[in-house]
Amino acid sequence: MNGDRTFSSDAPAVAATGLTKIYGSGNTEVVAMRDVSLRIERGEVVALLGPSGAGKSTLLTAVGLINPPTVGHITIGGVPVMDGAQPLTDLAAFRRQHLGFVFQKANLIPFLNAAQNVQVALEINDTPPRAARRRALELLAYLGVADRAGNLPAALSGGQQQRVAVARALANEPNLILADEPTAALDSHRGRQVMELFRQVAHERGAGVLVVTHDHRALDVFDRTIQMEDGRLESERSEKI
Amino acid sequence: MNLAAQDIRHNLPRFGLTACGIGLLLMIVLGMGGIYRGLVYEATLLVDRVNADLWVVQHNTRGPFAEVSSVPANVESRVLAVPGVAAARRFVYWTIQRETSGRPLRLAIQGLVWPDDNGAWLPLAAGGPLHQAHYQMIADRTLGLQLGERIKLGKDFYTVVGLTKGMTSASGDGMAFFSLPDAQAIQFDEPGEAIRLQRNTRFRQMQRLDLGQQQPALLPRVSGQTADLPAILPPTVSAVLVKLAPGADAQKIIATINGWPDLTVYTQAQENDLLVHGLVDRSRRQIGLFRAILVIVSTIIMTLILYTLTLDKTHDIAMLKLMGARNRVVIGLILQQALLLGVIGYALAALLGQGLFPLFPRLVVITPQDFWLLAVAVLGISVLASLLGIWKAMRISPNTVLA
Ligand SMILES: Nc1ncnc2c1ncn2[C@@H]1O[C@H](COP(=O)(O)OP(=O)(O)O)[C@@H](O)[C@H]1O
Ligand SMILES: [Mg+2]
Repeated sequence: MNGDRTFSSDAPAVAATGLTKIYGSGNTEVVAMRDVSLRIERGEVVALLGPSGAGKSTLLTAVGLINPPTVGHITIGGVPVMDGAQPLTDLAAFRRQHLGFVFQKANLIPFLNAAQNVQVALEINDTPPRAARRRALELLAYLGVADRAGNLPAALSGGQQQRVAVARALANEPNLILADEPTAALDSHRGRQVMELFRQVAHERGAGVLVVTHDHRALDVFDRTIQMEDGRLESERSEKI
Repeated sequence: MNLAAQDIRHNLPRFGLTACGIGLLLMIVLGMGGIYRGLVYEATLLVDRVNADLWVVQHNTRGPFAEVSSVPANVESRVLAVPGVAAARRFVYWTIQRETSGRPLRLAIQGLVWPDDNGAWLPLAAGGPLHQAHYQMIADRTLGLQLGERIKLGKDFYTVVGLTKGMTSASGDGMAFFSLPDAQAIQFDEPGEAIRLQRNTRFRQMQRLDLGQQQPALLPRVSGQTADLPAILPPTVSAVLVKLAPGADAQKIIATINGWPDLTVYTQAQENDLLVHGLVDRSRRQIGLFRAILVIVSTIIMTLILYTLTLDKTHDIAMLKLMGARNRVVIGLILQQALLLGVIGYALAALLGQGLFPLFPRLVVITPQDFWLLAVAVLGISVLASLLGIWKAMRISPNTVLA
């Protein structure tokens, strides 16, 4: 079940088709996502917009392999990973090797300092501690927070915390980075800086990036925006900048 | 990088306090066993120190420690006449409670057959054995008496000439050793008025008897000292101790003495058994039960602590799972903390115990085996206690990160 064997470099970062998610059953049934299809190329940064309750997080977590869809197929880097709610591979292993996550807040483990928060992602993926440490410091430097390596998350500003979170998401050179409102807790200037980081990461490292956001001021950073409403992808708008 | 250690470093005061609590609990678990061992040790100490081959006691009694035994002092001579008996001596033992300087003083009194026995065999910590036939005593340190201190027992003052170490009775009272006549004087001490009334009664009875009327010279004698009356038996003793000659047939001697209808004989091992099974067996079960309950309580407390520690980390564990951490990373985090709590608790228990147990009012005996047993128990408790937390952690979904 090793994803690497069939991983192809020209396959899209993610290709999902016919995703439907139904929460609960009977009277409490909620259809959070209906027949959604999504494709993100490598090196592409895509914004996912939509009102609250539209199903954006549901789509993101389905593609992130932590919230299986009720129906649909998901292929990541050319490897089929989900058939409906049925995993086709070891999802935890696949996540640690190929996916990176950033959320709105509380991304970091509070009892680990900035460097350790990055290091833990590497060690989980079997990087020896010494190499993991070195790489964690490189990543913090790449994201401009090297000087905060020894600080606990509580001692970092919101923007610094998100940079560390991005560094951690990048740690294992993922093919797909998923971010759910990563800038919601930041002011617009810092928010834009983080969005630009995603763009830089996608373009320099060849990862596909899907960012759920409400921040319309930073949309010019993205290669493409998609709109979601009431569980459906409303429109797709492609605008190369 | 060790996640468990990092988490602990971050929550050091809380973790330290928890470890202290567990340490104290474990110390009590350790102490409970030590208290039982102490009871057994103290119960059999005297019998072991006295080191007699046979104990001759009143017929059908379990004396002289488990119950009162009273045999005539001349049993000593009767027993000496049995072939194979090398030596026999009288043994006097009972407990009294008096007051000195306002606090109760419980003495377990033993009589020494002066001059054959001056107490030189006792484990003396200070001073020396008795060096005169009367008015001296050797006291155990636990009684709190000083060398040279004089205490009044009965009508006389006794000077402490020696202090023993670790000589306590089966009930934990410190022992005091006197010459046999002194011991008996203390035992049979009666107030002057009681003696006067007794002598008066005897005098009147004698006056009414033919004997008294025919031999009036007897009248002053019956109103004199009891010990001077040939018709009245000398005071009894608690037991007679027997040393066998080398190569003597113990079974035969036991059969002979047991054949006498007024006596019962026990070997040293049987006497020890009477003490352990008679006096401390219920304590053993009581303490054992308490110990078992304490182990269960410790397990429950540790389980709750580890469960709470896990609940507090729900978000972090969800984050680790989201990042694709294997189950063993999460299990290791909880299990390592459980084991560390156990190890620190154990170390505290061992250190505190060694420091505190000697200060306890009664002997606490901890053997190396106790430490091993506790270590194994702590290992078991730690693993068991982490199961609930691990079970909870396994059920945390990576989705929880978004909640
Ligand atoms: N675990 C859940 N159980 C039941 N309903 C849910 C659950 N998660 C989300 N929903 C529902 O699904 C819909 C989409 O939610 P979500 O994907 O979080 O939307 P968004 O991220 O766009 O705000 C909402 O109506 C929400 O109430
Ligand atoms: Mg959402």
